[in-house]
Amino acid sequence: MGLEARNLSFQYDNGNRKILNNVSMYLDGKDRLGLMAPSGFGKTTFCKILAGYEKPDSGKVLVDGKPIASFRGYCPVQMIWQHPELSVNPRLKMKETIKEGRRVERRVLEGLGIETSWLNRYPGELSGGELQRFCIARALGEGTRFLLADEASAMLDLITQSQIWNFLLEEVKMRGIGLLVVSHSEPLVARVCNRKMNLEKNLS
Amino acid sequence: MEAEREGGEVLLSVEHLSVSFTRYGRGWKQKKLMAVRDLNLEVKAGELVAVVGSSGSGKSLLAHGIMGLLPYNASREGKVMYRNQALTQERLKKLRGNEMVLVPQSVSYLDPLMKVGEQVRKGFRDPQSRKKCREVLARYGLGEEAGKLYPFELSGGMVRRILISTAVQEQPRLVIADEPTPGLHMEAAVRVMGHFQEIAKEGAGVLVITHDLDLALKVADRIVVFYAGTNLEEAAAGDFRDESRLRHPYTKALYRAMPQNGFCPVPGSQPYGDDLPKGCVFWPRCELAEGRCQKPVPYSRFRGGMVRCWKAAEGVCEKTGSQGRR
Repeated sequence: MGLEARNLSFQYDNGNRKILNNVSMYLDGKDRLGLMAPSGFGKTTFCKILAGYEKPDSGKVLVDGKPIASFRGYCPVQMIWQHPELSVNPRLKMKETIKEGRRVERRVLEGLGIETSWLNRYPGELSGGELQRFCIARALGEGTRFLLADEASAMLDLITQSQIWNFLLEEVKMRGIGLLVVSHSEPLVARVCNRKMNLEKNLS
Repeated sequence: MEAEREGGEVLLSVEHLSVSFTRYGRGWKQKKLMAVRDLNLEVKAGELVAVVGSSGSGKSLLAHGIMGLLPYNASREGKVMYRNQALTQERLKKLRGNEMVLVPQSVSYLDPLMKVGEQVRKGFRDPQSRKKCREVLARYGLGEEAGKLYPFELSGGMVRRILISTAVQEQPRLVIADEPTPGLHMEAAVRVMGHFQEIAKEGAGVLVITHDLDLALKVADRIVVFYAGTNLEEAAAGDFRDESRLRHPYTKALYRAMPQNGFCPVPGSQPYGDDLPKGCVFWPRCELAEGRCQKPVPYSRFRGGMVRCWKAAEGVCEKTGSQGRR
């Protein structure tokens, strides 16, 4: 039982080329799948469809065989966005933003190195890397079963990156969360994932 | 090559730069937040210098501090010289945008309601500007039709290339790029950096601010390692091929955290703002720390580079390459 994408196709309304063409994927709770492709090949779009933010033109997204749209409340597929500064409400303090993940355990906050004093800050008062830690914590609410990390560590320095990935890998292993890693970094994907998929090849 | 670089004119020199913010604490109480302190840096003509640092280390402030783009509640101290003359606000106003340019960090620096082509042309509509714009876009692998799109219609990577196009539309002498490549795949990132290298070869000085050490190593001549608002080490890019040639314990920790070199992080996180440690900013995380590390440490010349560490300067870190490893 897992997260399945069946023959997804997608095209934006502006008449550009078809961005996804018959893409299929399967991810279970033990998987750590690396997704690679040059920019503009629809990696983010693919994640948005998987997490239910966007509807595909054709094809289906199924969680345990049920369509993603049939889930009410907290979505079992959660996404970490590439630009943390654009994915939090600038007018909410971080302690409010973190509630968007429903129940986020204290352990997660600590594991990500989030300091208590940051909770009272607004997004504008945190750096990109600090914000991204919140976005990761938010996506790790209790109900999360699949995690899509869209360039989640692209703005982090190497030490923070390895801290966060070491934590994430332990967390997903413990909770049986399936992980999709979108990254440009070959060494990172080689280190973190157990298999790889290239969207570029899927397109042709 | 080395000698040529040595001979290059010093375009930008930053000495003891500090940037601090005034913030409100409780009620009306004002607090001063030191974000960058005692920063030293030099960029010569024809040279690509990379400032590598973790998020929140004040890298962007460095760029904005040099460019005079700090917000109203920030103040800057120290000396910033451009071609041997102090950079005053008036001088900046004249130079900024043609002689000195900034490639900003984020998508949000573009006007969301203006087509990107027009933004590259800075609003000019004459045939010559249009032609130049087309050429610049083509140089970065963007077709003419890309210029007719709004920022939200572009992918992350395309936005990057647009941001760079806006900067090199004129022929700048000094380019400061603030995180020009996150979200680009390695190939495109190297291509983008290649463009900066090209700009440097044509004789301009380029300062690239990035967290991507891997990438910086591929293209830069010199690497300045930035941590918690100050620079801890300056090394030739080649020094990063071998851990024992690096100087500061933090740089060594950085080296070991790379996915290909062990993926092994040192515990703790970078100190921030009010709670900066006294003396060396890295000592709370450093295994070699001792009493004197809590007093101010000078930035000194060592083995062809610079380092801000007592022990490294004495050659202690050479022998113990393993500190910080768990």
